[in-house]
Amino acid sequence: MPSIAKPAVLHPSAQRNELGLTLRDYEGSMSTLCAGCGHDSVTAAIVRALWELSVEPHKLAKMSGIGCSSKTPAYFVTGAHGFNSAHGRMPPIATGANAANRELLYIGVSGDGDSLSIGLGHLCHAIRRNVRMVYIIENNGVYGLTKGQFSASADVGTKSKKGEANRMAPIDPIQLGLSLGATFLARGFSGDKEQLVPILKAAVAHRGFAIIDVVSPCVTFNDHTGSTKSYLYTRQHRIRATETDYVPPATEILTEISPRGETAVTLHDGSVVRFSAVPADYNPSDRLAVAKFLQENAADGRIVTGLLYVDEATPNIHEMNNTPAKALTSVPWSKLCPGAEMLNALQEEFR
Amino acid sequence: MEYRVSPRINDFAVKLANVNGTGSASANGLIMQAIFRMGIPVSGKNLFPSNIQGLPTWYEIRVNGDGHVSRALDYDLMVAMNAQTYDRDLKEVRSGGYVLYDSSWPLDDHLLREDIHLIGVPLARMCIESFAEPRERTLMKNIAYAGAMVALLEIDMAIVEALIKESFSRKPALLASNTRALRLGYDYAKEHFACPLPFRLSPMNANADKILIDGNTAIALGCLYAGVTVAAWYPITPATSVMDGFKNLCEKYRKDPETGENNYIILQAEDELAAIGMVIGAMWNGARAFTSTAGPGISLMNELLGLAYYAEIPVVVVDVQRVGPSTGMPTRTQQSDLLECAYASHGDTKHILLLPGNPAECFDFAVKSFDLADRFQTPVFIVSDLDIGMNDWVVPKLDWDDSYRPDRGRVLTHDEIEALPQFHRFLGENGTQIAPRTLPGVHPKGAYFTRGSGHNKFGLYTEIPDEYQEVMDRLLLKHRAAASAVPPALIEERRNAEFGVITVGGCDAAVREAVENLAANGIFADFMRIRAFPFGREVEQFIADHEFCFVVEQNRDSQLKSMLILETAAPKEKLQSVLVYGGFPLSARTVVDEITRQLTRVPQPVSIRKGK
Repeated sequence: MPSIAKPAVLHPSAQRNELGLTLRDYEGSMSTLCAGCGHDSVTAAIVRALWELSVEPHKLAKMSGIGCSSKTPAYFVTGAHGFNSAHGRMPPIATGANAANRELLYIGVSGDGDSLSIGLGHLCHAIRRNVRMVYIIENNGVYGLTKGQFSASADVGTKSKKGEANRMAPIDPIQLGLSLGATFLARGFSGDKEQLVPILKAAVAHRGFAIIDVVSPCVTFNDHTGSTKSYLYTRQHRIRATETDYVPPATEILTEISPRGETAVTLHDGSVVRFSAVPADYNPSDRLAVAKFLQENAADGRIVTGLLYVDEATPNIHEMNNTPAKALTSVPWSKLCPGAEMLNALQEEFR
Repeated sequence: MEYRVSPRINDFAVKLANVNGTGSASANGLIMQAIFRMGIPVSGKNLFPSNIQGLPTWYEIRVNGDGHVSRALDYDLMVAMNAQTYDRDLKEVRSGGYVLYDSSWPLDDHLLREDIHLIGVPLARMCIESFAEPRERTLMKNIAYAGAMVALLEIDMAIVEALIKESFSRKPALLASNTRALRLGYDYAKEHFACPLPFRLSPMNANADKILIDGNTAIALGCLYAGVTVAAWYPITPATSVMDGFKNLCEKYRKDPETGENNYIILQAEDELAAIGMVIGAMWNGARAFTSTAGPGISLMNELLGLAYYAEIPVVVVDVQRVGPSTGMPTRTQQSDLLECAYASHGDTKHILLLPGNPAECFDFAVKSFDLADRFQTPVFIVSDLDIGMNDWVVPKLDWDDSYRPDRGRVLTHDEIEALPQFHRFLGENGTQIAPRTLPGVHPKGAYFTRGSGHNKFGLYTEIPDEYQEVMDRLLLKHRAAASAVPPALIEERRNAEFGVITVGGCDAAVREAVENLAANGIFADFMRIRAFPFGREVEQFIADHEFCFVVEQNRDSQLKSMLILETAAPKEKLQSVLVYGGFPLSARTVVDEITRQLTRVPQPVSIRKGK
């Protein structure tokens, strides 16, 4: 992963956000992924969402494991610490980081090999702990860096570049998340930034673990006929089950209610996510109904995208552990060390 | 012929054979604590099975006025409370010794030995007559035999009663039945046997500034005092009580008095891979964090320990060693993780190990481990073992200096970062091998990409040989530099010493006693206990100063000796192993016997003059 800095040229007309920063300030080094890789589109969506939200670059921590997807934190927000850890182990590292300093925004970028095979156990437990972070799975059904093996998200019947068919059932992170009590579940497509950006913004505002499964085709190993994770197949079989409109906190909602009917979910920080769904009665808070809807569509070969499930009531890791609102790293020494007198006194127990 | 043991005061050993899960542990602990409060040097070793209920378990108490309390192998009194193991238990009593047994049922004739004395106390019968509840009848048998021991050994009854009162101050019903059971055993023994036995206790004043504490609790205390805010773990014997202890302490001392909030977080991870990952994440962010585990956990943590080493992230790992390999014997002690910890992970890695020899050092080293981890930006292991970790030891009262402040190492502040033209993560500073680090959230100019992949001194990805090697070479020098910052080896020299005896960890007490016993036999040796890795200069010097040295350790493969050969200039021929690794705490007799055997077996580099 050689890092190549981008030339620092800025167009005078570049727009600035509330912090006075341009989109370029949210970019990273040059991508070394294959030309046309879906992951680069996801990176662009992340850059856009963070810029629009005016996130302070150094208040962001970029977490990843190992794999093509896990390289991408190098390609956005150079001003943020990044942690390219070990294969599958990003969830516990992010959990520990979040435990120590809850004041940072954590964005994890992982892939289907990282999250659904070697790190599946860790993902499940990060979901259960409801660690506050955005957890993106750039899902292409294939191992790219090792040249084309099936991943655990490969669909039954999908073919490798060499023509071999996968016969094992896929692991769907959304269905998995629903069964584990996940509190924010969305699916996107790297070819649809318009849909992805508001989902990312809602995920940032979510108070717990926000999973965004992004179908992100591998142009080199999995973009052929016979693949169910190709650009063509995804475009043909995808439905946008929900349209998400992210409304930041303290913004007066002026938009008329859509004639189709909308569901609005207020997030913890006061922001609102408004859904307008293809099925008019889609309820993103009804775990059972969402699971049924997804399974029915999966059975019919449709890839359901959109913000699919939100639960703002379940406590997150810090609420479950009754920690202070400020980072544990900021607790003063006087509150950490009970001191000599106390040590003397407490040793009476050991007499 | 009459078999008798010599009359002795404050110098004997008792073994108690019990069934686990029947409540014997509290009775045995009661006896041990009472002897401690009488001011007499004492130790208690729990030899227990990996099981919840129904299997044989033993507890050994050694009393020694001179302070030698490593495990004894000669039992003056056997408290035989487990019919399943009568056979072997009765064989272990020394000639002329005593057996206290439950005479509610007769002993089989084949068990009888003419050279031992039987003390039959009808414990079950007395408890059935005195208590109504089945559970109480079982539990109270233990307190009843403790009562008999009070009479037989002249344990101070007032102290025992006070201890029971402290335990059950909030449960008056239990207080009453325990007191009654204690008296049952006491009165029966007084009435039927000549009390005390020829070996007995007499109050001393050796424990005025001492405490009775296990190593795991001491480590937990050290972590509390070092300012740990994040702990992550996966339950494992024999390390579980480290985190249980830490949790108890945090509940008492880390709940914010103003807000009621917890100034700590303890995460029970899904496995040890996750536990170490959480610690890495927390320390990357600038918290003090640790995990506690045993050998199997270290095996799983290997992957991420390499990441922490290479990415230079401080980490503290507590390893309470147990018997390996594989699942091994989880409730038995060993020192077989030394190599695994020293070189944990693939690739070229070397870690800092702190090797406590008793619970007092567990406390001190726990605090020290965070300072070292922060200063050297690397994993630090506290390598303890089951004997230190789970048995109560008499140690000097723990001390704290209120002027202590954590050594956080070189962490750049906002202003320092601001003043830099550019920040590069892996540039050694001022000729030291330590590269200043930045914490997330402080300053955008301090941002860098932490990675376990090949990187150069600027923190950028590299596949260029020279750039890669430059960083790896600095890491090696950094490890070497730690040698002068870790606790030095403890060395005790003796006039006319012919050779050296080197040991580590919880072998300390047994090896010291062995060296004294050898001296009494005219064989003089110097003593060194290694307390850390990388080894300080004194370690190499000690070996150089002796024509040969024994290395006493509790593993099969001479792990400490191997490290000494690898990491010092000591020639292999100068080091001879004494290996005791069956799983029980070491006893001095074993060490004396083995050293004596090796000295007389083969021609030695020097002649051993005996009987000076």
